Amino acid sequence: MSATTLKLEIVTPEAIVYSEDVNMVTLPAIEGQIGIYPMHIPLLTQIVPGEIVVIKDGHESFLAVGEGVVEVTSNRVAIVTDMAIPAENIDEAKVEEARQRAAARLQDKISDEEVASVNASLARSLAQLKVKRRRHV
Amino acid sequence: MAGTRELRRRIRSIRSTAQITKAMQMVAASKMRKAQEAAIAVRPFIRMIYRIQRRAVTRVVDFTHPLLEVRPVKKRLVILIASDKGLCGALNSNLFRLVGRYDHRSTLFITAGRKAAQFVSRTRRQLVADFPYGDTPRFVEARAIAVMARDLFLKGEVDEVVLVATRFVNTLTQQAMALEYLPIGEIKGIRMPDADPEEVLAADSTEFRFEPSAEHILSYLFGHYLNVLLYTVLLNAKASEQSARMVSMKSATDNANGMIKDLTLHYNKLRQGAITQELLEIAGGQAN
Repeated sequence: MSATTLKLEIVTPEAIVYSEDVNMVTLPAIEGQIGIYPMHIPLLTQIVPGEIVVIKDGHESFLAVGEGVVEVTSNRVAIVTDMAIPAENIDEAKVEEARQRAAARLQDKISDEEVASVNASLARSLAQLKVKRRRHV
Repeated sequence: MAGTRELRRRIRSIRSTAQITKAMQMVAASKMRKAQEAAIAVRPFIRMIYRIQRRAVTRVVDFTHPLLEVRPVKKRLVILIASDKGLCGALNSNLFRLVGRYDHRSTLFITAGRKAAQFVSRTRRQLVADFPYGDTPRFVEARAIAVMARDLFLKGEVDEVVLVATRFVNTLTQQAMALEYLPIGEIKGIRMPDADPEEVLAADSTEFRFEPSAEHILSYLFGHYLNVLLYTVLLNAKASEQSARMVSMKSATDNANGMIKDLTLHYNKLRQGAITQELLEIAGGQAN
């Protein structure tokens, strides 16, 4: 075990999206962005839809995530989420379409539960868009 | 000769039926493989969620949550998961037999799969909603069903939720089962298939910090647990359906081939008989 890397695992119900040794990772935790370096104290927290930044060998990569839970130990970060998509796999046009659909849906008269579920899918779309667009800048 | 022509036509028709069932068998086989792969892909996720949940549970002393609340059952919700298409043996009828034991009046239904919806409306039971699910079930499809069931439970419209679906044992065996979904019951009672053994988890005594709190994470996990459970049930149902279809199409193909063999034998005998008859007639004519 090296003290300069941590093992990052991102798991969704459909696949193991990411599993590599990295130098640092930034997560959208429920109480704000957190950055995790190796030797972090053990921590369990929730994450919200947003962006994960991974630094590996001085190289940055980005992923969009949905809601989930994170388990941090000194040499390991395990993220359990319902969605995780690497930036290069995001189809911007498709996501934009999904976002507009969700936004339009919110204008209709719908029940509270529906609002909640549409909001959730809107948040997922926005997270993806944010990650994708930032890479262009 | 009318007999032989009739036979020939029957043989041809059975042969094309056999071709179709053979094709359906192949298609089902490949879809089954995909469904099984998906069922395996979900395992790391389940293992991890289980581990995190265990860590949170050990930190919480008095925890109550609406999803754990056991109430006297006045209304029951059954989530019935069947197939979209038929030709899969006794799969759906086994499920429907299981549903028969629930009282008509006090039971509401959420269905997934066209056959399930048809069954519920045909037997005049109360259908609340019908959800589609694809050949390779997606997590979002499962989540939609789970969220609806959870809402009905939390609003007190139903006091118990039961899942009726098919459990995939192996390619030849599928089992109709009724699974208690809500209330979750005791916290310790959460069982996940394929989880790490208890001893390993108990031995790990790392002290975690919880943000915002262990209770918070635990209640989030309950929701998640329900989604994942439903997802694995969908995957099971799909794998069962495809393997049941594959097996029943295989036996249909075998039966058709057996019939073709019998009929061909019969046809050849008739034909040979007719030729012999003709020869005899010619020989007889010459002798005269």
